[in-house]
Parts: sequence; structure tokens; C-alpha cells
Amino acid sequence: MSAAMGLARLNDSASGHSSRGDDVVLEMRDIVKAFPGVLALDGMNLKVRAGTVHVLVGENGAGKSTLMKILSGTYAIDGGEILFKGEVLTRQDTSAALERGISMIHQELSPVLDMTIAENIFLGREPAMSEKGFLSRFVDFTRMNADTKALLDRVGLKYDPETKMRDLSIAAMQLIEIVKAISRQASLVIMDEPTSAISDTEVAMLFRQIADLKASGVAIIYITHKMEEIFQIADDITVMRDGQFIAAAPASEYDPSKLISQMVGRTISSIFPKEEVPIGDIVLSIEKLARTAAFEDVSFTVRAGEIVGLSGLIGAGRTEVARVIFGLDEADGGTIRLNDAELKLKSPKDAISKGIAMVSEDRKAEGLVLCRSVGENISLANLKKFAGGLFISERQEETAAQRMIKMLQIKTPDTAMIVENLSGGNQQKIVLAKWLLGDLKLLILDEPTRGIDVGSKSEIHRLMTEFARQGLAIIMISSELPEILGMSDRVVVMSEGRVAGELTRSEANQESIMRLATGGH
Amino acid sequence: MSTEPMAAVTKGATPKSQTKSHGIDIARIYRKYGTILIFAGICILASLLSPTFLTEANLTNVLRQVVVVSLLACGVTFIIILGQIDVSLGSVLALCGVIATSVMATTGSIALAVLAGVAMGIVTGIINGFVITFFRIPSFIMTLAMTTVARGAVLLYTGGAPVSGLGEFKVIGQGSIGPVPISVLILAVFVAISWVLLNKTKFGRYVYAVGGNDRAARASGINSDSIVVKAFIYNGILCAIAGIVLMSRINSGQPAGGVGYEFDAITAVVVGGTSLMGGTGTITGTIIGSMIIGVINNILNLMNVSSYWQQIIKGLIIAIAVILDVWTKSARSKKKA
Repeated sequence: MSAAMGLARLNDSASGHSSRGDDVVLEMRDIVKAFPGVLALDGMNLKVRAGTVHVLVGENGAGKSTLMKILSGTYAIDGGEILFKGEVLTRQDTSAALERGISMIHQELSPVLDMTIAENIFLGREPAMSEKGFLSRFVDFTRMNADTKALLDRVGLKYDPETKMRDLSIAAMQLIEIVKAISRQASLVIMDEPTSAISDTEVAMLFRQIADLKASGVAIIYITHKMEEIFQIADDITVMRDGQFIAAAPASEYDPSKLISQMVGRTISSIFPKEEVPIGDIVLSIEKLARTAAFEDVSFTVRAGEIVGLSGLIGAGRTEVARVIFGLDEADGGTIRLNDAELKLKSPKDAISKGIAMVSEDRKAEGLVLCRSVGENISLANLKKFAGGLFISERQEETAAQRMIKMLQIKTPDTAMIVENLSGGNQQKIVLAKWLLGDLKLLILDEPTRGIDVGSKSEIHRLMTEFARQGLAIIMISSELPEILGMSDRVVVMSEGRVAGELTRSEANQESIMRLATGGH
Repeated sequence: MSTEPMAAVTKGATPKSQTKSHGIDIARIYRKYGTILIFAGICILASLLSPTFLTEANLTNVLRQVVVVSLLACGVTFIIILGQIDVSLGSVLALCGVIATSVMATTGSIALAVLAGVAMGIVTGIINGFVITFFRIPSFIMTLAMTTVARGAVLLYTGGAPVSGLGEFKVIGQGSIGPVPISVLILAVFVAISWVLLNKTKFGRYVYAVGGNDRAARASGINSDSIVVKAFIYNGILCAIAGIVLMSRINSGQPAGGVGYEFDAITAVVVGGTSLMGGTGTITGTIIGSMIIGVINNILNLMNVSSYWQQIIKGLIIAIAVILDVWTKSARSKKKA
């Protein structure tokens, strides 16, 4: 089955039930959601009609997921109003709304892999042997499997209800999630990037199910970054940016360029303390680098004093490339050259010894030992500098740590402070300090300011400029376009595991990057 | 699950270092001074309960008794800080101790005996460490297997009969230099070595880092597998020393010796404030922990409490120590949120 056929059916059913499209199932008005220090949603509106697919678009961080988490009851709203089937929902109602017919299919699926399809679909509401009494404690597996079979037949899936989830493909699990949503008699299904991990054939299967859902009057909120997908599937489109409502219209009134300009259309504030520093020789040069199932044919160079922004949508393969350059994963093909010498990296240890450092996107998981002190974390990757023989010179170590604390303006009472007790911005600076202690040539920063307050953010940007001035080559991965545009000398845009294009600082703007990132040209 | 992202945002927005809490924080006081306070309390209680407790003879006796378990506890502290566990301590102790006594019986050389015992300890440490890191097997399972393998091996080797005719060997466990028992001196030396290793060397730092966050340690260029193997080797050496001291004190190579000692050693480490989750812990804590266990054993003996009761009490102690560890940790993280 091809994507085109799936699309054809989608259109059939849409035209067949056009009358249903007029009643609004869900209306969210002036939604405000504040997190400490951040206004995640600021006057967001959303109106979804029954029997339609409503695509919600916006940059990473625009607030799409926050909005959906409000809908599924995870967060409470700080302002605004939610009407579901004409009734106003308060926080309590929102949690209960799952029962009332809102069903969310998360971006990351969480099936119980060792349970069967039937057990997953009926998890938490297993049919019992009898309504009341002793037997109500026992699961009626015969009925559960029969009900599951009926559900699967209804949507045309030929799976045995007793198949283990583990034995299914990601797409099949995705479809089972949809079946689960149907079995709950949902009247609104939220799908958060359901096609991010599945192939074209599987996308076609998914779209067919969506068409059938629509046909039975179910409304679907669909979040995606893929431009072609939007125009294949959307009946209506709502654009959001910086937590605010920008525009909403039927899909027929949009074309890709109009959509992109609405998504990004904002001037960049001047909070980025980028300065031109002299650019030196090529430090890193990677050629036709490949790693199976992650990326292929990736080539680019980074010069001394240069900040190269690695842009692209989440899942485009940016972090995967960085992990290979840092020796965390091994390449399956291609070459990495540092100062003209080819590198064979087997572990981060090799990379560090050559002067490559990486600040991971997940500083808690890969950057820091949270239960240890500031001083210990700073010196961790460079202990041999302070230990000629067996013993560590604590005085030298302390002096170096103090120098870093001063240079990076880390706010900590002393070096003995446990890292866990510091703020995110200070923690991130400790990760930077850890690497700056060594003799660095190339610094890879993966989402260097994620989850950090605005003040620390611009401090980290200032430090990046400072490092570049000292002749460091820097690769910065960021999902925030303003950060990419504000800090990069050059931008390499990746899309679906390949380099989609390279832009100079003057060529790079939000439209040109988004066009490359979404696979357009 | 649902509050997690919000907590992360909160963290980013407010520097916690500036909002230190004032007032009495029981959880924090316990974490910092808990073991030493408990030790002092138990000593006071013991001296009130029994007039013989504070006599020199009795205190020397307590020290002699805690030596073997303390040696094991020092070694396994490294393992527990790494977030691993070793339940084979007692069996490996017996295997190494019997090998040492057997070499003693045939050669008559204390040096050769000690060397042979320690070599056996190194071998078991390499096997435990290698299998755990290479095959990615949980250390609990690997050392559980080692428990019966080592015990079986020592019974096979001796045919189940004790090794005797040890000549001068007993001096290690029974002799004294002035008023100080040699075994206590041996313990002092290994406590010092363990403390220095853990606090003053790269190896010690890496033990804390790997135990605290293995992924971050690897990403910092640390070969964490080699750290785990080295820690198991050191742990094996201490098992051997403990075995030699024990068999020397009873002046006999007992293939059935040391049964259940791992329980006392692990209890001492945990009571001493080392978290079973890895990343934190100290040698001083471990030593105080084993003194606490030693004093409790001693006072129960002085008061003629049945050994069955003693077992129940020891079981309760380890459970309470872990509950306190988890409780004070969660009290801390609750404060944060």
C-alpha cells in the first residue's frame, strides 16, 4: 500500500462526511501556562472540529507539547478556558477527560513489551470473570482476547491478540495505540509526531487508520514537523510561536512558504553576544561519515575560532554525528580528521586525549556526577594533570577549580558543594569547566542552553565567544533557531540523517534553515 | 512522572545555592553525623547495661573481634560505592585462608603462606570483576555464584577436614606488640591504605565517579570497567587478609569458616553511611559501622542474649540503616521540589 493510496482514502472519507466537520469538539481559549521564569503559553487558542485532522505546527519549544499536556491533564492551566463537547473543563475535569474521550498517543510509546496486544489494550481495565464478588478479581482472558480480536478486525489489522508487543514493529505498536484509543471510545485523539520513527509504508497504514477514525467522527490533533505530511493529512492548521496563537485556517489556505514564515516570523533579539573573531585553519574535517540507522554521507569542516551551528529537527541525526566525533559511538564509514591527522576513535578516552570534548545535551545523565562535589566534577576528566604519580595534589586541584569557578562565574559557596544542589545554569558551567581544564582543540556543545534560565543562557553564549577567540573550534547543536542564528559563523543543516545544506552566516535565516530542515530545497 | 518536567524548569529558574534552608534539618544532621552519634549512644548504653563493657580486657576483645569483619568491610566499601555488591566475601575468605594455612603447613613459611592466600584473593577478584564487566552480569548474581564455587572448591581441596600443624602461624591472629594485638595493627594498616586509595588517588576518585554516574564517567574518558575490576581485586586481597587473620586466630585452616561474614561486613558498610545506590560513602564511616556492629555483638554476649535473638537484631539493624538512607535522601529531594 502506498502513501498515495492512503491519501486517496483520506480524501474520500473527508468528502463523505463533510457535514460532520462543523461541530467543534474542543475549544481552548486564551490559555496561559507559566513555569517559574518562563511563560510557556501566553494566550493560546485552539479550535478542533469533529471528524477532522487538525495539525498543530510550531518550532521546537513553541509550546505544542505543553498545550497537549494540559489537554491530557498533566499540567493545570494558569489562565484561559477549555471547552470539551461544550462543557467547561477545570483541572480536575481535564484529568477525568481521558475517561470522557480524550486520548493521547505519545511521541515515545510506552507499551509493556512482554505483555500481549490484548493485555496492553486493556491495561488497567481488564474484563473480569464476573461483575461482583470473588470472581471479579480474576481476568477473563477469553473475553479480553475476543474483544481485542473484534477491535483489530474492525480496523483491519491481522494480528493475533496474544502476540507479544515485543514482536511488533514500531509502526505496529503505533497502530495498536490507535486501536487502544478507539477502544476507549475517544472522540479526540492527540498524536504527537507519530511518524518520527516509522517508514513510508507504515506511514500509509497509519494514515489509513486516521482516515477511518475521521470517518467515524473522531477529531484528531496531529503534531508534526514534516512539511509534506502536513499538506497530506491536514484539514485545518493552527500555527503557534513562543507560546502564542499566531494563526489558524483550513489547510487549503496554506502553502509551505506561508506556513514557514508564520512559524518563525520574528526578529531575533540582540541577546546573543556574538563577536567576529579571526578564523584560523581547519581543525576538524569529517568526510562521508556514516553510521547505520543514524546518518550517512555527512561531511563538513570546522575551523579554529569558528562556531559551526548544527541545525535540524529533532531526530535529524545531529547528536548521533556528534557522538561519533566524540567516540561514544563508532562510525561505520567515512573519516574524521583533526589537524590533518586521521582519527580512529574507540572511546571518549581516545577523543579526549586528542583534545575533543563534548558537552552532552543531557548533562544529568552524561555530564555530571550529581552526588559528588563541584571540585571533583571539574577535575574528573583531567585528574592526571594533578597526579604525577599515584597521589592527587589537592592544592593544585583546588587552585585550578577555583580558577574555573572565577572564570566561568559559577555560583557556589565552595568547591566542596554537591553539584546536585546547584541550579541548571551553574551545573552547565561546571560541565564546561570540566572540559576547559584540558588542552582543547574542538568543543562540541549539544543543546548548551536547554533548560537554563535566560540570564545563564546569555552568559554561556558570552563564554562561547570567548572560547572561539582563544582559537577553539566549536560545534554547536541547537534546536533553538534564534540560538543557531545568533551564535553560528556557519550553519550545517541536517535532515533525516543527511546534510541538507550549508549556509554562511549571511545566508542563514529562519526561512532558509527551516526549508532545508523540513526537506524542502 | 508528571511533575518531573516542571521540577526541571524550576531548577533552571532559581539558583538553589542561594536559598539554603535554615532551622533544624534532622535528615541532614543524620546524614552528616548519624553514624558517630549512633556509635556514641550505643557505647553509653553498653556501659550502663554492663559494668564489664568499659574494662580494658573487654575493649581489646571487641577490637580483636571486629578485625576480620572490618577488613572485609573496608574492601567491600569500594564495591558498594561503585554501586555493585559482593556476597561472596565469607566463602572467598575461607578459600584464601585455607590455601594460606595449607602452604604454611607444607612450607613452614609465614611469608609464603600470606603470599599464597593473597594470590588466591587476587584471582577471585579478577574472576568476579572480569565476568561482571565483560558479560555485563549483575554483580549480585556473579558473586552469589562465586559464593558456592569458592566454598565448594575449599571443601574439595581439604576433603572437608581442617588444616592443622600450623606452627608459628598463630602469631598473626593471637600475638601482640606491647599491648596492641598484631591483628589490630594489620587492620590499622589496611584502613589507612583504603582511606588513602579512596581519598588521595585517581583510582579513588574514579570509584566515586563510576558509582555516582557511570555514563558521565565514561564520557569523561574513564575506563569504568577497569575501575570495577581493580576494585574487585582490592576487595579480594582484603578477603584473603581477613581469612589469614581469622584462621591464624583459631590456629586452624577451617574450610567451613567465615560463613555469613559478608552479612556483617555489608551491614557495617551500610550502617557507616555508604549508599547501596553508589557514589557516596567513606572508609571512616565503614570503620565506625563495624565498631557499632562489634559493640552490639559484644553487649548482647555480655548480657547473655541468645544467639537467635542476636540474628534477629542484626537483621533489623541493616533494614533500619537502609530505611534511614533512603528516607534522608528522599527528605532531601522533597525539599528541592
